[in-house]
Amino acid sequence: MGASQSARTEHEFQDLADRTGFSLEQIGNLNKRFRQLSKNEETLSRQDLASISALDNNPLRAQIINAFFDKRNLRQNEAGTVQVIGFEEFLMVMSHFRPAAMHITEEEREKLRREKLRFLFNMHDTDSDGTITLEEYRRAVEELLSKAGTIGQETAKAIADAAMLEVASTTRGKMEPDEFYEGITFENFLQILKTFDIETRMHVRFLNMDTATMRCGK
Amino acid sequence: MLLSRMVFASLLQYLERLHPSQIANESCLASHHVHPNYTKKAFPVLSLDYHHIQVPFEISLWVLLASLMKLGFHLIPQLSSIVPESCLLIVVGLLVGGLIKLAGEEVPPVLDSNLFFLCLLPPIILDAGYFLPIRPFMENIGTILMFAVVGTLWNAFFVGGLLYAVCQIEGTYLSQVELLPCLLFGSIISAVDPVAVLAVFEEIHINELLHILVFGESLLNDAVTVVLYHLFEEYSGAGEVTPMDVVLGVICFLIVSLGGIAVGAIYGILAAFTSRFTSHTRVIEPLFVFVYSYMAYLSAEMFHLSGIMALIACGAVMRPYVEANISHKSHTTVKYFLKMWSSVSETLIFIFLGVATVAGPHAWNWTFVSVTVILCLVSRVIGVVGLTFIINKFRIVKLTTKDQFIVAYGGLRGAIAFSLGYLLDKNLFPMRTMFLTAIITEIFFTVFVQGMTIKPLVDLLAVKKKQEAKRSINEEIHTQFLDHLLTGIEDICGHYGHHHWKDKLNRFNKKYIKKCLIAGERYKEPQLIAFYHKMEFKQAIELVESGGGVKLPSAVPSQVSMQNIQPKKLPPPVAERALPQFTKGREEEIRKILRSNLQKTRQRLRSYNRHTLVADPFEDGWNDFILKKQRLIELEKKMSNYLTVPGATPDSPTMCRARLASDPNAFYNIKASSDGVPTIQVDLASPQSPDSVNMLNEFSKRGATGQGLGQREGADRDEDQGLMMKPAGKGEKGEEEGGNKNPGLMRCLSDPGPSNEDEEDEPFLP
Repeated sequence: MGASQSARTEHEFQDLADRTGFSLEQIGNLNKRFRQLSKNEETLSRQDLASISALDNNPLRAQIINAFFDKRNLRQNEAGTVQVIGFEEFLMVMSHFRPAAMHITEEEREKLRREKLRFLFNMHDTDSDGTITLEEYRRAVEELLSKAGTIGQETAKAIADAAMLEVASTTRGKMEPDEFYEGITFENFLQILKTFDIETRMHVRFLNMDTATMRCGK
Repeated sequence: MLLSRMVFASLLQYLERLHPSQIANESCLASHHVHPNYTKKAFPVLSLDYHHIQVPFEISLWVLLASLMKLGFHLIPQLSSIVPESCLLIVVGLLVGGLIKLAGEEVPPVLDSNLFFLCLLPPIILDAGYFLPIRPFMENIGTILMFAVVGTLWNAFFVGGLLYAVCQIEGTYLSQVELLPCLLFGSIISAVDPVAVLAVFEEIHINELLHILVFGESLLNDAVTVVLYHLFEEYSGAGEVTPMDVVLGVICFLIVSLGGIAVGAIYGILAAFTSRFTSHTRVIEPLFVFVYSYMAYLSAEMFHLSGIMALIACGAVMRPYVEANISHKSHTTVKYFLKMWSSVSETLIFIFLGVATVAGPHAWNWTFVSVTVILCLVSRVIGVVGLTFIINKFRIVKLTTKDQFIVAYGGLRGAIAFSLGYLLDKNLFPMRTMFLTAIITEIFFTVFVQGMTIKPLVDLLAVKKKQEAKRSINEEIHTQFLDHLLTGIEDICGHYGHHHWKDKLNRFNKKYIKKCLIAGERYKEPQLIAFYHKMEFKQAIELVESGGGVKLPSAVPSQVSMQNIQPKKLPPPVAERALPQFTKGREEEIRKILRSNLQKTRQRLRSYNRHTLVADPFEDGWNDFILKKQRLIELEKKMSNYLTVPGATPDSPTMCRARLASDPNAFYNIKASSDGVPTIQVDLASPQSPDSVNMLNEFSKRGATGQGLGQREGADRDEDQGLMMKPAGKGEKGEEEGGNKNPGLMRCLSDPGPSNEDEEDEPFLP
């Protein structure tokens, strides 16, 4: 990269750092990785991500890749997906995995929780209607157990049902036999995962890494 | 043991004075001599031979004393809430020792090092290791190791060095204490003791992170202590330590710790492998767990490796595989025995500490003792604060000041320090008695002062307590989900972080290791499903426990049933939805029938053979009998309104464990064998499922009368709305089966396990 280009990218990086909250060093590392994955192009497509061999063993492969192209995660308040993403969008998705700073206020902590849980919620809510229906939840559990063979498939339904039942019981409490529980809304989702300390669990330590440990991953 | 010997020797003498002839006679008989001038006396109908049974008798007496003390404390709730049990036990020991001294006898050295290290300590450590919560332990392993290794080293040198400096001061009359003995003393006293920590922390219910930090530290610092102890002991004779020795010491440390872990892991794998083949001899399954672990400990001690680490490694390694293989009853047995032994051991240790204190000999030196106590506190605080400062740079969840305070304050010393001091050679270390006095004072200080005040301090500082909430299935799903998600993100970033390696280890485990070590097809079961089956099993048990499951659903409106979450297809016919109402009288009748069937079935049980429990259910031709039970179980499950699940396959670990081995009324599924026997397909989970409850054949055969117990209707196969109601008239059979089924689970429940909680979710202590 020429000097002018690096100067421009420096400026861009600073801009990005301000907007996404990463440090300059982290943005630099992530940029290198982005270039690796996108084969030095400006945008990343699904195929680029799908070609990472290490992801093959992951049962959630498809969902994870989709999450990168989901407009809701890219701070655009519309449903649907995009075909390709740029570096900025890449960073935006990654920013969901930043760890919580040590001294943050209760408000900030709550905001962080909502952000991370929103990401998870979006992964489950595939039709973007704002609720996780029984079908969607079932599919999610089935995917999770997809590497487990036939045992997984049979009980996946049952597990999803039991989980749904639990959500309905905790959030709605009493229900007449004729009432119908449409699905898990985001508020319900927050409620059932109240004791789940997601702000400390949903982080990836890579954000403190140095490039020496970066592998190609292909 | 000399103590009791003395007491009973005097008793014996007294008796001899009373009945000389009898004693003389008995000794004649005992020796089997035929004296030429043997005169025939009256045959001794009753005689006393104490020496014959002396040693086991004394041991039993001590154990009985310990257990009675433990009983006693819990009967006085006020006392046990203020004073931790360990303090009370030490006081009891002091009293017993005092009594013996008053009786004029010599107080025996009960806390003999051999006895302590070979008999009293292993059960406690095994209990801790077997129930070690692996996930939090591994997540914090870096912090724990830092505290254990660097922290202990710092403590040892700080205390030892400064003590030496103090000893050199004029006027303390301590100048004969050399540097090396001081350092040795420092290394003995600086180790945090697992027994004391367990005893005190058990009662304060602190949050998991702090608990695992302090407890993990107390377990892992054993290697450091062992190496330092041997190093200084060896070279105290020589009088100096060269740099070469230091290097050797470091190498020794690595060998001691890694070797200990390796030995433990090998025995753990052996135990897991053995448990694979125990399906026909369920009675001795728990024995393998205990014997292999004890042998791991002894083997490690043989090579002067760290026995504690070997025991921890053995327990932690074998647990997941053994639990998948052994039956439910064996599982309970292992848990019970470990808790029992460790509890008795702990009690005995504290009592003996008290007795040993009275026994002396003591050499009290104000300076030495007080400086020791102060220095230990100071060095602990400085150590913890300093280390946390460094550690927090690498941790995501930082340790706050409150956490640091608890970690520092929870560094209790205990009987291990005393035993190590006791082991010192009198000739090599003339100041041994002074050391022992100081060690005992330090132990007393930490256990009494720190132990008693830590609970109010925890409340005062509002430290986070242990969360009592049960794990919900949603949390479990999301834990797994998050694991995979984070692994995926790490792969996308190309960084091989924690999740990546953990995932790799899990896959390796699943692919190779589990295949070898787990019998049958069970190794394929993923954790989520295992968790789910466990939950299901527990709920079914709860259902039965709550009185046979005769619930009146209409009276419990707050329940949400499957109907509510299934998307509606057709408007449900009203009649079928209505759940049957019971009159009071009817309910009583049903209960009576259930109870009487309970008794009837109990009498039908097979006689109990010590060598074989009930033969493998798949082999027997009990199909009818067993199928009835199976159906009952399905009925019960449906009535609970919670779970509507296809029964777990017979090979699933939890279902296998549910096979109550000593109970013919076992709780499991059987594959349908022939057409003659109607089968039950239970798959109510899906509205589109073609299967639904098909109990029509069975029930119509019985021609039952009366109302159903809220059973589900045998629906036509094509339509279903989730759960359907059974038309009235099929109840009788259900009631009988209810009675028959209950004993099965009643037996399971009849020995009250420690608790019904999931051990995996439990921290160390029940």
